Amino acid sequence: MEILLQQIINGLVLGSMYALVALGYTMVYGIINLINFAHGEVLMVGALTSWAIIVQMQEAMPGVPGWIILLVAMIISCVVAAALNFVIEKVAYRPLRNSPKLAPLITAIGMSILLQTLAMIIFKPNYKPYPTLLPAAPIQFGGAVITPTQIMILGLTAVSLAVLMYLVNYTKLGRAMRATAENPRVAALMGVRPDMVISATFIIGAVLATIAGIMYASNYGTVQHTMGFLPGLKAFTAAVFGGIGNLAGAVVGGILLGLIESIGSGYIGVLTGGVLGSHYSDIFAFIVLIIMLTLRPSGLLGERVADRA
Amino acid sequence: MKTTRTGWIAFGAALVLLPLLLQYMGNFWVRIADVALLYVLLALGLNIVVGFAGLLDLGFVAFFAIGAYMYGLMASPHLSETFAWFARLFPTGLHTSIWLVVPLGAFIAGVLGILLGAPTLKLRGDYLAIVTLGFGEIIRVFLNNLDHPVNITNGPKGLNQIDSIRILGLNLGRPLEIGDYTLSAVTLYYYFFLILVVLSVVICHRLELSRIGRAWMAIREDEIAAKAMGINTRNMKLMAFGMGATFGGVSGAMFAAFQGFVSPESFSLMESVMIVAMVVLGGIGHLPGVILGAVLLSAMPEVLRWVSGVFDLQRLTDGRLDASILRQLLIALAMIIVMLLRPRGLWPTPEHGKSLPTPAGK
Repeated sequence: MEILLQQIINGLVLGSMYALVALGYTMVYGIINLINFAHGEVLMVGALTSWAIIVQMQEAMPGVPGWIILLVAMIISCVVAAALNFVIEKVAYRPLRNSPKLAPLITAIGMSILLQTLAMIIFKPNYKPYPTLLPAAPIQFGGAVITPTQIMILGLTAVSLAVLMYLVNYTKLGRAMRATAENPRVAALMGVRPDMVISATFIIGAVLATIAGIMYASNYGTVQHTMGFLPGLKAFTAAVFGGIGNLAGAVVGGILLGLIESIGSGYIGVLTGGVLGSHYSDIFAFIVLIIMLTLRPSGLLGERVADRA
Repeated sequence: MKTTRTGWIAFGAALVLLPLLLQYMGNFWVRIADVALLYVLLALGLNIVVGFAGLLDLGFVAFFAIGAYMYGLMASPHLSETFAWFARLFPTGLHTSIWLVVPLGAFIAGVLGILLGAPTLKLRGDYLAIVTLGFGEIIRVFLNNLDHPVNITNGPKGLNQIDSIRILGLNLGRPLEIGDYTLSAVTLYYYFFLILVVLSVVICHRLELSRIGRAWMAIREDEIAAKAMGINTRNMKLMAFGMGATFGGVSGAMFAAFQGFVSPESFSLMESVMIVAMVVLGGIGHLPGVILGAVLLSAMPEVLRWVSGVFDLQRLTDGRLDASILRQLLIALAMIIVMLLRPRGLWPTPEHGKSLPTPAGK
């Protein structure tokens, strides 16, 4: 029972990270029908930037409490990542908006490789320890353990989601975003500027990805230039799982995926008598996805549209 | 008419003479040509799926892997070393003939292609892409972990000591001496791969013109209309998956024989992505374009490796920039710039995508 509770906590932590990244994928997809393959790399850039800032600040100002450093690092790296994503969209995706569908896919893949390589050149390829800034003592409850970092992750996810939901549902920008996702041409006729909405979407996506990246780094304790790949892939899977283009779907998909993965890898050894180990954890996401899409091709909460992609 | 024919003959002669010239500069260069030909084979296979039938497949490398591991298991001592019963049956290991391996590789990969394709038929566009990507990853994870409880794939260590190809009594793994002249092993492989590529181009070209090919293109351009015209879209799509996978399986077996070693590392998602990039960069659905894309993206990195070695980049940039990093950087830039300048690819077909919907209007 303790294992289950522990795996649920780990799953929620993992899942909330996937959810934040998945939101970035799903918003972009909902509006311009593009799989932004560079999104995982934005997460990586955010995490690496925050690492650099934290290391610098710890050296320059030894007395400052950890949470202030973390907050400052988070704000600065969010700005950096947002600027980066803004530029990526402008340079690599916008000129191709009316091109054959596969062209922006290739530039997105190119962007992803480019960012990884640049990060490797700038930050060197080694794994870097990510400093623990919050108290490390874990909190016991019901036989399971939760660390302050994990509590922070869950709290940050809740806050980010609340802010995003407010933004999308109650602000002018949110209405413009929903209108553009529905139909860009009609939205433009109604006075919405699709280009601006798309830029805003990329900026919001970058902020969410950076927050997720910092969570990921704090949770696992290391950063490296390839760290964006797997979470990016899983988060995209989560977005499709939930029904791509659907914000609530991305959150539900992300959290479910995190739970499935962590419970799955916690029990696979027991269930198969030790034959299969937890290193199979990476395939749960895909197996569930394939089963899911075969049964319900539009995803969990996706609209049943005959001709969507 | 006459000029084109002489042109073709000249081109063919150049292809035949190429390795002999490269051989003078070192086997390294012939090796690059060999790898480029292997990628041409792969890209031709993926082009059937993506270019002809319009099904975006991001897990194509799985079929490459299946072909490679199949040959690896059938032509290396791994199985005899691992299983006592197998060693009793085949004390010297299973050294399967190429005449069995190629059809079998094609068959297994083709069947798996159809099996993997079947559940995805209802899906379209990007959903299909992510599911095929998932399949590719699942296969890679299994290759990586099937070393216990039963050691089948030897896990991350991979299979080694794979036999080279022997064909009509000629071992392609050993240099061939004709009088005083020596053809190196890589040159022999070059000719072998060249024959395969020519054969594949002929097959692809005939397919393109056939009833099946036209049906695929109809599905690519507008699936609903194609269905309305009486095309059995399900069978046609399965056939595209199967045929594409066949190419992947054969080139996988060739890859294993050529390298003498396979490990899961060679079959990462990045590899799938690169093959898609070759097809799209060159000119999707257009055979000369696809070949161009494959040759460029596979040979360019190696040439760059040589260039950066000559200039000793690593020392110049204080260890930050070495050959492989430079190569990644330039490939990424090339992908972005080529697509921005020529969104339909470097050498697009005149017909493709006429009726493609513009992404702005859903």
